[in-house]
Amino acid sequence: MDQAIQNNEYKTALVELLYQLADDDFILAFRGSEWLGLAPHIEEDIAYASINQATMGHAVMYYELLESLGEGAADVLAHERKASERKNAILLELMNGTGTYLENPNYDWAFTVVRHYFYDIYKKLKLESLKQSSYLPLAQAATKIKMEQYYHVMHWKVWFNQLILSGGEAKTRMQAAIQKVWDEFADVLSYGTHSQDFSKYKLIEEESLFKQKWEAEMKQVFEKVGIDYPGFPTAKKGDGRSGMHTEDLNQALSTLSEVYNLDPQAAW
Amino acid sequence: MESFEALQFNVLKKLEDVKDPEIPLVSVIDLGMISDVQLGRDGSVKIKALPTFVGCPALEIIKKNIKEAIQMVEGVKDVEVEFVYDPPWTSDRISEKGKENLKQFGIAPPPKFIEEKELWDVECPYCGSHYTTMENLFGPTACRSILYCKSCKNPFEAMKPISNLM
Repeated sequence: MDQAIQNNEYKTALVELLYQLADDDFILAFRGSEWLGLAPHIEEDIAYASINQATMGHAVMYYELLESLGEGAADVLAHERKASERKNAILLELMNGTGTYLENPNYDWAFTVVRHYFYDIYKKLKLESLKQSSYLPLAQAATKIKMEQYYHVMHWKVWFNQLILSGGEAKTRMQAAIQKVWDEFADVLSYGTHSQDFSKYKLIEEESLFKQKWEAEMKQVFEKVGIDYPGFPTAKKGDGRSGMHTEDLNQALSTLSEVYNLDPQAAW
Repeated sequence: MESFEALQFNVLKKLEDVKDPEIPLVSVIDLGMISDVQLGRDGSVKIKALPTFVGCPALEIIKKNIKEAIQMVEGVKDVEVEFVYDPPWTSDRISEKGKENLKQFGIAPPPKFIEEKELWDVECPYCGSHYTTMENLFGPTACRSILYCKSCKNPFEAMKPISNLM
């Protein structure tokens, strides 16, 4: 393993993959935390807070792996990197709806449910593959994270099925949310520019193979609720894996780092 | 040699005093959070601990509590506590004594995990009835769920089953 790290190409690919994993979980956990106190009911508020705490914990694990590879302190990686350096998929940075947490948070629960459910299914499949990673610390992290992920998927599945199988406004809004998520989901699935090295060094399974598995799983999800599979998704807003982002990411970063930036040296 | 063995005994015994800050009846040993204790001839102690849930905010407190407790053991010079992920913590690491103490605190021990079965059979820690319902899979901490006993009409919590099958 240490020998492999000496190989520059291996290390570059590994670091790239870890940034994608860390930044995805980090930004989605932040968007999720913006529902605190606003969730549809008290039980959901507790559940969602717990899920976000766990997801943020997963991001921390990945940032700590990056720290151990000499990328800098985990806190700095989470708080100080500019939007253009972030590798998260664009879908995950998008605001929950109109307004902000403090002013008129007119958030869309349908969008939130669909984004989380689809992301969590994707994440579960990704973790299954990462459990076999040639980089042992990553394989061990994936094993641990996947046990927690089980409950996240279960949670969003209940919301997804209940809302979409009901009629009226719920169904209409869920279908609009699926469209919005599907417009961007190809970006989530993308391995980015180092895709070949990811599989060459057995960090994760090959990109096309992974996408096939994911499509097979998603077809079942749609079939179970009686909706036609919409075909392979697109990435209309661009390519987050290469640092392209929307204004929503800047808004998120300035908000989430506001306290940190008051005194970056403070010990928590 | 005898003193080394005594030291070993005392260190392990001391770990029994370190409790989960959120469940003060259950020790880190009974929760199955300790995976390795290495003792050096020079009195140095290296402890490997397993986090129950990755994002658990109590982890740093637990680490500090272990360190402070072991430092108090006579003959110990230097204590190092490290969280590791191999082997991963699973809920079947909780000892029988741990399960009993959880019940006394009003928390049901983790029910047996059955794949694809989304309803658990959970025994009420107060009255022992199985006539219980799940109120919320997610509870006040990452490792706990909220349930309700329809027999004795008490709300209670249960540890989530966590397994490698998941």
